[in-house]
Amino acid sequence: MIYADHAATTPLCPQAREAMIRCMDETWGNPSSLHTPGQRAREVLEEARGDIAGIIHADPREILFTSGGSEADNQALRSAALAGRKKGKNHIISTAFEHHAVLHTLKKLEQEGFRITLLDVHEDGLVRPEEAERAMDGETCLVSVMHANNEIGTIQPIRAIGKLCREKGVIFHTDAVQTLGHLPIDVEADCIDLLSASAHKFYGPRGAGFLYARRGIPVIPLIEGGAQEKGKRGGTENVAAIAGMAAALKNVSGRMDQVSAHLTAMRDRLIRGLKEIPHSALNGDPIRRLPGNVSFCFEGIEGESLLLYLDDAGICASSGSACTSGSLDPSHVLLAIGRVHDVAHGSLRLTLGEEITEADVDRIILKVRETVTFLRNMSPLWRDLESGKKPHLL
Amino acid sequence: MALYSEKVMDHFRHPRNVGVLEDADGVGEAGNAKCGDIMKMYLKIDNDTVSDVRFETFGCGSAIASSSMATELIRGKPLSEVMALTNKAVAEALDGLPDYKMHCSVLAEEAIRAALEDYYSRHPEKRAV
Repeated sequence: MIYADHAATTPLCPQAREAMIRCMDETWGNPSSLHTPGQRAREVLEEARGDIAGIIHADPREILFTSGGSEADNQALRSAALAGRKKGKNHIISTAFEHHAVLHTLKKLEQEGFRITLLDVHEDGLVRPEEAERAMDGETCLVSVMHANNEIGTIQPIRAIGKLCREKGVIFHTDAVQTLGHLPIDVEADCIDLLSASAHKFYGPRGAGFLYARRGIPVIPLIEGGAQEKGKRGGTENVAAIAGMAAALKNVSGRMDQVSAHLTAMRDRLIRGLKEIPHSALNGDPIRRLPGNVSFCFEGIEGESLLLYLDDAGICASSGSACTSGSLDPSHVLLAIGRVHDVAHGSLRLTLGEEITEADVDRIILKVRETVTFLRNMSPLWRDLESGKKPHLL
Repeated sequence: MALYSEKVMDHFRHPRNVGVLEDADGVGEAGNAKCGDIMKMYLKIDNDTVSDVRFETFGCGSAIASSSMATELIRGKPLSEVMALTNKAVAEALDGLPDYKMHCSVLAEEAIRAALEDYYSRHPEKRAV
């Protein structure tokens, strides 16, 4: 099997697994307890916090553990919005292709009276800092721009946007779920005030994540309860998952350059091969994208059938077609970069992991080409495109 | 539970009657590219019976399986029975479809209806039969 869906989730690395088992066996206490088992669990928790903080150049007190990226996004946006409202500021800037954890929270905030501006992400899938600057006004309290997009992998100029926000005294949040552990992040140099992350995107367990909140940014709890996480999140901490997250992050951070070089080479080989399929196109900028992300549209076919045939061939991928999103519209990300519905339905996302080889890449190219040809041969839309009844768009 | 039944996967993996009938007596299409599903049915009709049938589909797994199953259900059948084919019958023959995929079976019914309409418009005298 070739697993090429690492943007969805990653398998647990041995380092994380060991840390989790050790924690469940040996430091299973409640970190809020005063006795020895509790305090041993507390040590594991604080060591994980320290490790994570060190990697992103933060202070351990600025790391708040959550259940994952979505919770961190919700909490970041709600906290910044409330802080803005207290100062009479009710304008939020974000982008049209954020994760739904951000977009749906913004929709709620809009209903609660906030004014939302979504920046254009252009055909290349990149936000322009100058457009962010132009969108800011005296009422802007928050700018939220994802570090890299989860579907098309384009890497946003977050440092430039962060600096802008810092100059204007506006809170800057970035959803780094797709990038932490894959790209260097320095919350100081990047001028980040709030950052969301999720363990299972970097070979840690599902169900663990964190919110980085710069000291001085008032964070409000989404879950009321005990004094855990300084009262910012009620509920006994999932110490084993948090220990697994820290172990996984340490592991990937230590080898980032080497893995990134390999993935970039594999990504570019895959892009070159898929480009040879006629009437296909890469989604997003070819260079400013995550090392392992390849996203394509193929005209005349529908993504779900492509995925099912690839699965039969032992290749795991994903798509932004309507049928895979459970709605009638294809992915909002593909629509945001200007792909029309007909084309967006035929999308394929392959997100590579470090174990990928050249032989794997060549097999993916072969199987995608075979399947696209097979599906086009039974597609009435493809017939219309080829006969000239409808114009080719790609 | 898997997303699709074994029957759906069988018809998706090995679609029956894929292709075009150049000398079709009735051709019908349903769906549109914007929604991500188009089905096209080609019928050959002799003695008020579907003597041959082919389909082309642009769509998801259940769309391909629904069209394949629908062609199997109408092949060799008298037009009176073909006219009465419902999307429910197609879905049932596939051992069910997920709720949000039921529209795929509707498209199969619509494409067959459209092909019959095309046939009757070419042979108005048959409509009364």
